[in-house]
Amino acid sequence: MYTQGLDAKTEQGAQPSPRLVTEQDAALQGRFQERVDAEEKIEPRDWMPEGYRRTLVRQISQHAHSEIVGMLPEGNWVTRAPTLRRKVALLAKVQDEGGHGLYLYSAAETLGVSRDELVGQLLSGKAKYSSIFNYPTPTWADIGAIGWLVDGAAIMNQVPLCRCSYGPYARAMVRICREESFHQRQGYELMLALAQGTAEQKRMAQDALNRWWWPSLMMFGPSDDQSAHSAQNMAWKIKRFSNDELRQRFVDATVPQAEFLGLTMPDPELRFNAGTGHYEFGAIDWTEFNEILKGNGPCNRERIEARRKAWDDGAWVREAATAHADKRRQRALKKAG
Amino acid sequence: MDRKDWPLFEIFIRPKNGLSHKHVGSLHAADARMALDNARDVYTRRGEGVSIWAVPASSIAASDPSEKASLFDPADDKIYRHPTFYDIPADVKNI
Repeated sequence: MYTQGLDAKTEQGAQPSPRLVTEQDAALQGRFQERVDAEEKIEPRDWMPEGYRRTLVRQISQHAHSEIVGMLPEGNWVTRAPTLRRKVALLAKVQDEGGHGLYLYSAAETLGVSRDELVGQLLSGKAKYSSIFNYPTPTWADIGAIGWLVDGAAIMNQVPLCRCSYGPYARAMVRICREESFHQRQGYELMLALAQGTAEQKRMAQDALNRWWWPSLMMFGPSDDQSAHSAQNMAWKIKRFSNDELRQRFVDATVPQAEFLGLTMPDPELRFNAGTGHYEFGAIDWTEFNEILKGNGPCNRERIEARRKAWDDGAWVREAATAHADKRRQRALKKAG
Repeated sequence: MDRKDWPLFEIFIRPKNGLSHKHVGSLHAADARMALDNARDVYTRRGEGVSIWAVPASSIAASDPSEKASLFDPADDKIYRHPTFYDIPADVKNI
């Protein structure tokens, strides 16, 4: 999801060096797998395979980075929201996303990595975040499309993650899902207003749908047979459903919503199969996705530059907080002494 | 990075009077006072609490998960600590 099938690319060259698996290690691995199979949660400092820990650090931190970077395409329209109602809703959504980033960085830190280390990886370009946030938001309707489609796709992925095997990640997801429920409604309500508005507004809504539909489908990542690590992540119950399964659920849920809006999905091959009860849809062209992963998407550079600028411009705030804490400590000592 | 001196705080929120503080997550802050203010911003956007505890993570003593079995073993066979161990005839009320 916000972690996609980024596995396939990033895990290459990150394999542990071959080492003798001792009898004790094999026993620990066996017991660990038994616990996961029994739906027991793994908590911080429980014994866990190094691969499990590393996979979680990567996935949770990518998810956190996605939330933070995700504030940018929407933040773009906060000062230009057409009404106060739309403005407060968008501000609240963007604030939530900042908070979600924190919940996830906190969860990642329980695995023995520091928040500053993770932020450093984002700013250096080493860490990945969801491809969807590398697209621009040229019109107000894009804000509606993002809430409806991007948050809709995220919810599809996040609900099963509430039951993932790692306790802190699962609990963060429960919190996030509770807060996310207004995000999608905010976007859809916006699309509804446009689709039922003037001809020009409806055109704008249709144009946004045309640009956001396929990228939203790509958020779920490539077919699982493209990723060597899907099977392991399923066995470890980090991943609960396949990419294709989640994507299909999203399509089935969303097509009727588009029909209600009176908008057309930009897919001539989309049709309901009464036999299976599911919508069939056209083949995804993964070229664009792969270009984005390589850093060549429309906004990759812009997003990282914005994050670096925010970090650099915010240095005085961090320094001021540290100085303020020092001052308070000195004052307290003086009072006591 | 210049925040080596921002310790990690674990955050606990009391949802309402009558209930205990519950662990909700963590954050880094320059001192305890800022930890409380930040916790208010990031963990109570929907009126989730009436009281916040921010505890430096370094102050928390935690039992070792690898010693869980032996640590909690003494209670496992003391079934007489449970009311169901005791046979009281059904006719006896209020017990």
